[in-house]
Amino acid sequence: MRFSEAWLREWVNPSVDTQQLADQLSMAGLEVDAIEPAAPAFSGVLIGLVQRIAPHPDAAKLRICTVDLGQDEPLQIICGAANVAEGMRVPVATVGACLPNDFKIKKAKLRGVESFGMICSATELGLADTSDGILPLSADAPIGEDFRAWMALDDYCIEVDLTPDRGDCLGIAGLAREVAVINRVPLRAPAVQPVPPTCDDRVTVRLLAPDACPRYVCRVIRQIDPTATTPLWMQERLRRAGLRAISPVVDVTNYVMLELGQPMHGFDLAKLRGGIDVRLAQAGERLALLNGEEASLRGDTLVIADANQAVAMAGIMGGAATGVGPETRDILLESAFFAPLAISGKARGYGFHTDSSHRFERGVDPQLQVRAIERATRLLLDIVGGEVGPVVDVADATHLSHREPLHLRESRVARILGLALPATTITDVLERLGMTVERLDDGWRVTPPSARFDLVHEVDLIADIGRIHGYDNIPVSHASAASVTQSTPEAAFDLDRARLALVDRGFHEVITYSFASPEIQSLVEPEADTLRLANPISAELSTMRTSLWTGLLQTARYNQTRQLERVRIFESGLRFRVGADGLRQEPGLGGLVIGAAAPEQWGWQSGKVDFYDLKADVEALLALTCASAQFRFVAGAHPALHPGQTARIERAGKPVGLMGMLHPSLAAKLDLNGDAFLFELDLASLADGTLPRYAPISRFPGIRRDLAIVIDARIAYETVANCVRAAASELLREVILFDVYTGKNIDSGRKSLALGLILQSSSQTLTEEIIDVEVGRILDRLASELAARLRD
Amino acid sequence: MAEQTGLGIVSLREAAIDAIENASDLMGLDQVRVRYLGKTGDLTVLLKQLGTLPAAARPAAGQEINQAKAAVQSAIDARKTVLEQASLASRLAAERIDITLPGRGQQPGGLHPVTRALRRIERLFANAGFAVVEGPEVEDAYHNFEALNIPAHHPARAMHDTFYFDADRLLRTHTSPVQIRVMERQAPPLKIIAPGRVYRCDSDLTHTPMFHQVEGLLVDEDVSFADLKGVLYDFLRNFFERDLKLRFRPSYFPFTEPSAEVDIQCVMCGGSGCRVCKQTGWLEVLGCGMVYPEVFRHVGIDPERHLGYAFGMGVERLAMLRYGIDDIRLNFDNDLRYLRQFV
Repeated sequence: MRFSEAWLREWVNPSVDTQQLADQLSMAGLEVDAIEPAAPAFSGVLIGLVQRIAPHPDAAKLRICTVDLGQDEPLQIICGAANVAEGMRVPVATVGACLPNDFKIKKAKLRGVESFGMICSATELGLADTSDGILPLSADAPIGEDFRAWMALDDYCIEVDLTPDRGDCLGIAGLAREVAVINRVPLRAPAVQPVPPTCDDRVTVRLLAPDACPRYVCRVIRQIDPTATTPLWMQERLRRAGLRAISPVVDVTNYVMLELGQPMHGFDLAKLRGGIDVRLAQAGERLALLNGEEASLRGDTLVIADANQAVAMAGIMGGAATGVGPETRDILLESAFFAPLAISGKARGYGFHTDSSHRFERGVDPQLQVRAIERATRLLLDIVGGEVGPVVDVADATHLSHREPLHLRESRVARILGLALPATTITDVLERLGMTVERLDDGWRVTPPSARFDLVHEVDLIADIGRIHGYDNIPVSHASAASVTQSTPEAAFDLDRARLALVDRGFHEVITYSFASPEIQSLVEPEADTLRLANPISAELSTMRTSLWTGLLQTARYNQTRQLERVRIFESGLRFRVGADGLRQEPGLGGLVIGAAAPEQWGWQSGKVDFYDLKADVEALLALTCASAQFRFVAGAHPALHPGQTARIERAGKPVGLMGMLHPSLAAKLDLNGDAFLFELDLASLADGTLPRYAPISRFPGIRRDLAIVIDARIAYETVANCVRAAASELLREVILFDVYTGKNIDSGRKSLALGLILQSSSQTLTEEIIDVEVGRILDRLASELAARLRD
Repeated sequence: MAEQTGLGIVSLREAAIDAIENASDLMGLDQVRVRYLGKTGDLTVLLKQLGTLPAAARPAAGQEINQAKAAVQSAIDARKTVLEQASLASRLAAERIDITLPGRGQQPGGLHPVTRALRRIERLFANAGFAVVEGPEVEDAYHNFEALNIPAHHPARAMHDTFYFDADRLLRTHTSPVQIRVMERQAPPLKIIAPGRVYRCDSDLTHTPMFHQVEGLLVDEDVSFADLKGVLYDFLRNFFERDLKLRFRPSYFPFTEPSAEVDIQCVMCGGSGCRVCKQTGWLEVLGCGMVYPEVFRHVGIDPERHLGYAFGMGVERLAMLRYGIDDIRLNFDNDLRYLRQFV
């Protein structure tokens, strides 16, 4: 809500400056978002009277005005505005004046005729974005006086960002009450006197949905002056509240809404047939609205209807057919109470949000309607005149919310706030807030004011006491809450540790959106079922990822298009997989490498990164489980990966992850430069690790024997290693693969593996004889099972 | 020294010492040693010839030869030390390198700044005894809204800009549903924080459709708003490592009452007013309050017996203030030139 500070100060005027006032509001829970001057700085603008107008001899559009500024001699001012007229009072920027945007007014000659100033439009004074000609002032504008002072433009527009519970502060009246409470100063509400009827016209009202609309107040006003215009002071207050002046009827209803918080509506009485029914819409009933749209109504929408049809969406927007226009002579003013639940969500359902629905959703004081209509009547009569009918106030007492008093316990106040306030302080705060308070043995019986829809529970009262007493005045303490030592399994996979391991191995962590474009998602996992957002920001962000690779690949591309060719990145987060058992949200850890294996540097020729570079990184992660031996890399297949360079990572036969080279056709589609390698691990499958288990260290020396064997190139190294281990006794401590060779001196279709065997006994120094037996057994097994022979 | 034996020992000895002094390396020195002291060395041979001398001359000659041997050996040892030192010195000189050349190998990467801030937040609260729990990101409307006292048509729902999948399933708009999930399965006392990704259908200069929050919840028999102030004062001052001013501004969340937004004195300008704090000197960093009784009722906790506080903070906001980041979107562009600035 935006409002003029001067308007508020008419109601309550504490001795604090603008900034202090704003701070007070913020600290009372009515957050001030902005304080802006009501008008930009300008000076030297006086109120003038246009005495005579003569045509300019050399310019058809210019006219020579003689303007009385209350000085000895009137001034000659050239004016190009079409609406300038003799007898009009206007703002005049005199010679020496400085207008907004540092526009200085000097004596000028326009097509040979001298001009001693400028007659201003609202735009030129920074009071409007656009204007049609000069700004006409009212007939009582004092000639010769300073325009800025007369308009009280040294005012501020204060914007408060109200939380949805404080609908009671969506009007000057509510804000003023808060300011009065905070400052302990009196509230000076303008008196609202009933306007006695001068005619007997009235409409009948039927409340056909009394739970949604338990009170409907209206009044006929006939024979208004259609030529009347809204006075400048009211236009200014509306402008300073962010509203545009439209016509006296609309402006007055808006004014009363801003002042008291009661949304109102004016119908063109001549367009209404019969009485008013407040009822639910018939499903599919059509209503052309004031904003030019035509709504097809749902059955849960409350409408105002005449004998024929719906004429307004209750509390949201009026209908076009019955709206007030330039020809309207007779009006019906509406001031109703619509229950919050009848309005909330409805406007949004039609894609609207109006000042009216905003207030009704949050709750309008059900006791306010008659006062508001009397206030509006008075203001309207002063502008457009007319004959006034009696106030019609139709209410359904059973559905009008009746405030049940709340029981407030003194002990509870202290327990929740952590501060024992004196009972007199509490009583005082509650009473200043307009509550009816009755002292009980253990506390109070409190009836909140009808405007305070937010006070429904004891704790709401406690919050209000804390708020007015000041949160800053509540002490700081520490809960003695039991410090429960958390069960933290030591062997559990530590994601934080894994992240650091990757960082230390040269990876950067990335965080990408959990939603991907359907295109990249289907490139990565074309067969996966996906979860799609019903209301995505854009198609690019519409599909929940099933793999971390979508974001990693996009990040690689993003960086490569910025000349960052070498990328080593990882991400952890949920993958959203849709299976027969429904949605699974699976935490994963994935990575991508592309470009050189090591950063460019002197003295080290590093090649392009390959499968085995990344495999070492993955193995380092698996090692964090202290259970490396449980994991196997098995040749696998994945639509996004190169069929010859894909490994499925298994633990006890169950898949726990994947790694491999990005399929070259995908790399091309994604415009990636170079071979990318990817991995993804399922964190749930890694969750259980093992504890380290000490094994004694042998006192006896170990020895090493190197073997170079030649085998069929298709035999996997894992098969060789398993064969060696199977043949060996407990003396074999380690097998080191230190070379893999194909090429010269090796028959095609075969490969040479160089193995270092580390042998060690825990009970003796090994003799040559023992070693020869051990190595011989291993070689025999390799020969018989894998047709391996020693390399020459 | 006078020659007494006539065997030429003195000249032999002088020649040996001369040769030793002239030996330019250890190998040359060893050749000298062999020539004079080796098995067939000149002095060794002399000693073997002692028997050919008259008996009376033998002791003196023997003594003379042994003295010469000792002198030669000592000269060799001394020369050896000199040559070894020279050799070491020349090796050291030859092995001098440019120690300003960069080190070789893989260069370290870095944690994302949001993770960096999250780890810090988690550690600070872990020190205070809060356990870390996580919850699903695809949530149901009950946990994200209803259980938190935000019914279907509540105006607060409109403020959440929710991403929906269907009538019931949505992307959580805050980490608060984790509160509910924890209270559903665990009895008080509870002391948890819940970090994670949250989503809002909002994307502009200052909003990204995904960001991170940390939720905190403490439930026990005796917990007050004053305690809530205490934990947040401690946390924010420790997070920023500064004795910051804080202010608790009354606010509204449907699941807490009293509720507050917490502003810290602007960490950029120290409170004097700048672009970051929009000239107010204050920065809003988190929301908090006392758990609303309705929320306890939803999870079967007796609000008469138990009280609780809850708070929620935006991690990007804290990270940006901590590291001076001026554009939230940088966090999800993942430009390596940005990420490299964080270790």
